[in-house]
This record gives sequence, C-alpha cells and structure tokens, in this order.
Amino acid sequence: MIAEAGHYALVLALALALIQSTVPIVGARLRDPALMNVARSTALAQLLFAGLSFLALTTLYVTSDFSVTNVFENSHSMKPLLYKITGVWGNHEGSMLLWVSILALFGGLVAAFGNNLPLSLRAHVLAVQGWIAAAFYLFILMTSNPFLRLARPPLEGRDLNPVLQDIGLAVHPPMLYLGYVGFSIAFSFAVAALIEGRIDAAWARWVRPWTLVAWIFLTLGIAMGSYWAYYELGWGGWWFWDPVENASLMPWLSGTALLHSAVVMEKRNALKVWTILLAILTFSLSLLGTFLVRSGVLTSVHAFATDPTRGVFILMILCLFIGGSLTLYMWRASSLKQGGLFAPISREGALVLNNLFLTTACATVFIGTLYPLALEMLTGEKISVGAPFFNLTFGPLFVPLLLAMPFGPLLAWKRGDLKGVTQRLMAAGIAALLAVALVWAWTTGGAALAPLAIGLGVFVIVGSIVDIAERVMLFRLPLSVAFRRARGLPRAAWGTAFAHAGIGVALIGIVCESTWNTEYIGTMQPNDVAKLAGYELTLKDVTQRQGPNFRESLARFRVTRGGDEIGEMTPSKRNFTARQSSTTEAALLSRGASQLYISLGEEAAGGAVAVRMYHKPLVLMIWWGPVLMAFGGLLSLSDRRLRVGAPKPAKASRALQPAE
Amino acid sequence: MTRKQRRLTMIGGALVVLAIAAGLVLNALRDSIVFFSTPQMVAEKQIPVGKRFRLGGMVEQGSLVRGDNLAVSFKVSDGGATLPVNYKGILPDLFREGQGVVAEGALDASGVFKADTVLAKHDENYMPKEVADALKKQGRWQEGSDGKPVMSQGSAKPVVTQ
Repeated sequence: MIAEAGHYALVLALALALIQSTVPIVGARLRDPALMNVARSTALAQLLFAGLSFLALTTLYVTSDFSVTNVFENSHSMKPLLYKITGVWGNHEGSMLLWVSILALFGGLVAAFGNNLPLSLRAHVLAVQGWIAAAFYLFILMTSNPFLRLARPPLEGRDLNPVLQDIGLAVHPPMLYLGYVGFSIAFSFAVAALIEGRIDAAWARWVRPWTLVAWIFLTLGIAMGSYWAYYELGWGGWWFWDPVENASLMPWLSGTALLHSAVVMEKRNALKVWTILLAILTFSLSLLGTFLVRSGVLTSVHAFATDPTRGVFILMILCLFIGGSLTLYMWRASSLKQGGLFAPISREGALVLNNLFLTTACATVFIGTLYPLALEMLTGEKISVGAPFFNLTFGPLFVPLLLAMPFGPLLAWKRGDLKGVTQRLMAAGIAALLAVALVWAWTTGGAALAPLAIGLGVFVIVGSIVDIAERVMLFRLPLSVAFRRARGLPRAAWGTAFAHAGIGVALIGIVCESTWNTEYIGTMQPNDVAKLAGYELTLKDVTQRQGPNFRESLARFRVTRGGDEIGEMTPSKRNFTARQSSTTEAALLSRGASQLYISLGEEAAGGAVAVRMYHKPLVLMIWWGPVLMAFGGLLSLSDRRLRVGAPKPAKASRALQPAE
Repeated sequence: MTRKQRRLTMIGGALVVLAIAAGLVLNALRDSIVFFSTPQMVAEKQIPVGKRFRLGGMVEQGSLVRGDNLAVSFKVSDGGATLPVNYKGILPDLFREGQGVVAEGALDASGVFKADTVLAKHDENYMPKEVADALKKQGRWQEGSDGKPVMSQGSAKPVVTQ
C-alpha cells in the first residue's frame, strides 16, 4: 500500500508541476493575477506530494519491506536504523527522489516567502521551476521508479554497499543536493528575467540570498564528501580529482563567481548580462554533475548505475535546459540595458578579475573531466586524466586569484587607489614574507614551492584581517571606538573576511599535508613498534568482534611520544556477510590540526597484520577552511541589506536567516 | 579612459588569461595523461619500458602470491593474453581473484608490470568500465537478464517484475 501511495503521490506531483509550468506563463501573458497566483499554490502542493512520496520510501526502508525492489537491493533488516534511513538515498532511484524533493522544497520556499516579488516575476520563476521539476519527475517515473514491487518477496535484503554505511553518507548527499538544486533558483530567476526582458538591481538582491544558501550547502557538502573519502576509503587521500568530485567542484567555482558578480550588479547595476549567464551556467554545471554521476558514464566509485536508458534521458534533459536557456540568452540578452561605468582598477574591476580566474579555472576542470569521455567517444582510445593535469592547470590559475583576493575588498567602488591599498596591505605582505622565511628555515626537504604557497596562505588570511582592521580604524582610533565600529560593521563585511580567510586556511592545510605527509607501510606482529614522525605506535593485540551486520577484526595501538602516553587507536576491518565485502575503518588521532591515521590491510600468516600509517601535518585545516567559508556565507546571509527586499521590506528571505 | 578603452582593456585582459589557461591545458594534456591497456593490447603494441599506463583485466584465479614485506604478485588476464604484475603495498578491500582490477604503473625490462597503484573500484556486480568494455569485445562477457552486466560465474538474482 505504502509503495503504491508513494508512487501515486509522485504522479500527482508531476501533474502539479505540469500545471505550474504552463498556467502562470499564460497568466503573465494575459496579465491575469488569478492565473499567475496558480504558481504559488501548485508549488506548495507539489512540495507536499513530493514530500509524501519521499516519506513513503523512507517508511518502506525503516520497516524493511523487501517486497519493494529498491529496498531489497539496498537494505538489510539487521542494519542500524540510521543507515536504513540514509540508505534511502544511497542508491540511484532514492537519490533522484531526494533530488526532486529538494527541488520541490526550494520551489515551495520561493512560493511561501516570495510575497514581495513582483507578481509576474514570481509566476515566471515558479514556472521555470515547474519545467525542471516536471522533467525530473518524468525521469524518475519512466526510468528509475523506486517503488517497483518484486513478484516473490525475499526474506532478507542484499544490504547497502558497506562503504556507504557511514554517518558521512547521512550528511554528504543531502548537503550536496541542497547546493546543486539551490542553484536552480538562480537559474529560474535568470530565465524569468530573460523572458520578461527586464532586470535591475532589485533582481540581484533577490537572487543573492538564494545563491548564497546554495553556495553554503555546496561548500559544506564538498568538504563533507572530502572528509568522508579521507577516513572511509582508507587511503588517507582527501581529493582524487575523480570526475564525480570535479562534477561538484565545477558548480562551486561558477557559483562562487556568480556570488561575486551579483554583488557588482546589486551595488553598481553593472555586469547584468554576465551575471545572468553565470546563473545559467552554474545550474547547467549542476545538471551536468547530476548527469555524470547518475548516468554511469564514468568509471568511479560513485557510479552505482550502469543503465544506458537513464543516461540518454538525463542527457536529453541536460540538452533541453542548457540549450534552451542559452538560446533564450542569445536572443534576449541584448535587450537588457548596460549599467554603471568603472575603471579597471576598482572594486568592480577586482570582482571581474575574480570572475575571470574562477570561470577559467572551472573551464580547465571541465576539460580535464570531459576530455577522456570525448576522446573515447571519438577515437575509442581510453585515457585517464589525473591529479598531475589539474595540478598543472588549476594550481597556476588559483595563484593570481589568491594574490589579488586581499586587494579586492580594500579597493573603492568605481575608481580604486592601488597604491594606497598596497600600502595598507603592507602588514599582510610582511607577515607572508616572515612565514616564508620561517618555514624555509624550519623544514627540510619537500618542494621548494611549499614555503611560498604557505606564505600566500598567510597573505590571504592576514589580508582579510587587515581589511576588517582598516574598516574599524584599529590602532588609529581608541580601542573602544574601534570596537563599537566593529559591531556596527555590516555583517557582509565580516562574511567576506571569514570566507576569504577560510581559503587561506584551507590552502595552508593542503600544502602542509601534501608536502610533509609521512607514511609507514608494513606488516606488524603484536608488540611490534612502528616509528612515525616522532611518535611510537605499538600494536597491542588484534581481536575479533561481532557487529550488527558485520564481523570485524580490531587492532589496538598504543601511541606514545618520547615515552609519554598519548592515546590509543583502534583501526578495524569489517566483513559484511550479506554482500561478501569488507571495509577498512581507519583510526584517527588528532593532535592540534595534525592527525595520525592508521588503516589495516589483510592479515598475514602467524597473527601478523598489514598496516598503513600516516602522519598528516595540519590536515584538519583543509576542512576548517571550508567551514570558515560557510560561516562567512552565513554571516553575509544575515546582513541587513539582504533582508530588506527591494519594493517592500517584507519577509522575502526571513526564512533563511537563522541567527539574529 | 573612454568606455570603449575600458572595455578593450577588459577584453584584452580576459584574452590573456584565457590564452595562458589554454597553454597550461595543452601542456598538461601532453605530459600528464595516462593511457589504458589490456594484456592483449600490451602484447600487440610495443609499449616502451618505463612508459606509464593503466593496465586492466581480470585477476587470474590462483595467481596471487604474497611475498615478504607486503610484496605481492598476481597475473592479469583478459582472455587473450596474460601479464604478470608486481606490487608492493596493501591491496584495496575490493581486490579479489577472479575479479576485475585496474593497476597503474609501467613495464620493467623483464616484461613484468610494476604497479604503484592498484584500484579495484567495483562491487560484485559493478566492474571498472574499461575492463568490462575490453572483455565485451572479446566475447567473455554476458549481459544479465536485467541489463546489468553479470560475470560468467555471477550469482542468480530474483526476477524483477512490476
């Protein structure tokens, strides 16, 4: 019953999406408010039915109803409740259902909180949302129905892929989808603006909070995924330039560019046409990411499905939306009026530079990801493009971007004073040079570029502190006055500083981890001692244990440094009976921002066990950086400016401001 | 500066960045891509010693030998030809005899493939795509009844109906 109800709810959601995608447009043509208001009610109803459908699938998973194919293939009655729930989106069908549910959620939010939007703009935006939703409901219903029944229900399920039975999976895909799908709002606003042929600064003010929300989730989602790969896959790597990772990085890069160009548009009414294009491109890259992951065209740990009909269907959706929106763009973009003038050296100029480097970096990732696919299709030759390619292209493009970053917020709008800004950034420059000298003196070995890269990271961090210090006139006014000024500073200024500093923090983490990472690989008997980066790791014993749906062998290590007891680490290897597969549960021990990492290999003869140990200096900074960036985004989101919607200071984005 | 000059400055700047990026991409594509081969292709083509490539195929049943200090050797075959592989380190969780594998490394002077990375990105019904394609070409591959590729010794699956 529940499966059929869920299926039916999905069909109803499709019907509502079809109404939502047509009636409001007709209403806008006829200037009929009643017809335009249909958009609001259908969007809310569609959210209700998509939500019900998702709830139905979750119920089937929780109650372990193995008469449903999807549950049978991806669940097991002995699985802990948490993983029964997260298993809902640990497979193709379920994750597509999550995708449309989040799309319906964003549509519903615009409908519920978009009361201060002009009626026709809201009608158009929701209609475009309706098109996207309808396409994906059709995709699910025709090629990936999660509610299919089995003729002869088996007694036990085949269990979820053990690698996915982890708390990381509970958080990573929903976060990522909130990011991907959140950009659909910016896309819908862009297409609506093109249809109406009208766009102004208020438009940017509406789009910015939505883009910011999507960007925050995408940032956290990518960071989560990277940390998950780090501790779950057991190789100690945190970024593999895997096509699936690139698929999430591309919308992030162009989304970051979009955030910055929307600032120019909002403040100075310039870069309109470019901002619209970026909004379209960002969501197109999100769709491309969905296509790459969901069609199974890639060889990758993430590609669960290998069914060509699905690939072709998503490819059609992709071509329809990207091709359609770009055609509309070419046709209508010239009707949008050009805005304010600015000199090349100015805040606007700096933001243009940011956009230039971000989109170019995004393009190199795009080429590196799709070139092997294109080559294989054209010549049949199989190649792989790995980390070296991206290090040689992406890296050099990010260096000028980071060098210019501290200058941006300090430059004035319209016409900036580069010399003045350079003088004000003197402190950051000196700090960076000191850092380079110190790192050079202290460390031996490693790439010669590493100290320079760390200096760049320090420059970026101190640069964002200088930005705040300049704004509050620290050391030039009495401390109490400076403090009062700091409190009165717009939240967006703090947000910028935190987000920019986050990039610097992540950069330092990345450089330290990849340059001074030490490893030990070998077989160990109980009471053997391994020495790693000044730590002694003693294997105490290896024991067997029975988990809920797996057996694991657990190794206990005593960690000491110069005789001082530091702690115990217990890596394990799990064997999952239902799937006949095993996973490595790495043990992590944090010391400040650095970590010790142990993962187990296979057991050798005579009670010996193969181990892989790493000392990863400052590795945690890689993820602290994105957290800082997301926090900066949150601060920006709570800025007063974004709350006061253009015509009426109503509740346009109140729902998005958690803290005040 | 006039509007036109400003626009030209910006377009010029953009072109410079794009040209640099294009140069970087072309340079990186020349140096850092890795080709994929099966044992059969290795036997047919003369791959020079020391040239890095990815080797894909099936780990031959009973060929896995563990030596001292984590040294392992196994044979990779694709039905047509077999190539011995040496590797030192811990094999991934999903590595098993009779299943697909992709290894990255180079041939040494004695014709043994010295791998420095072994990937086994698959579960019991998912194989590395390159391996599946290569095996399909040689007719060693059977499509499962539900369209999913199934190994010759693949387990029976319940019939899916609606």
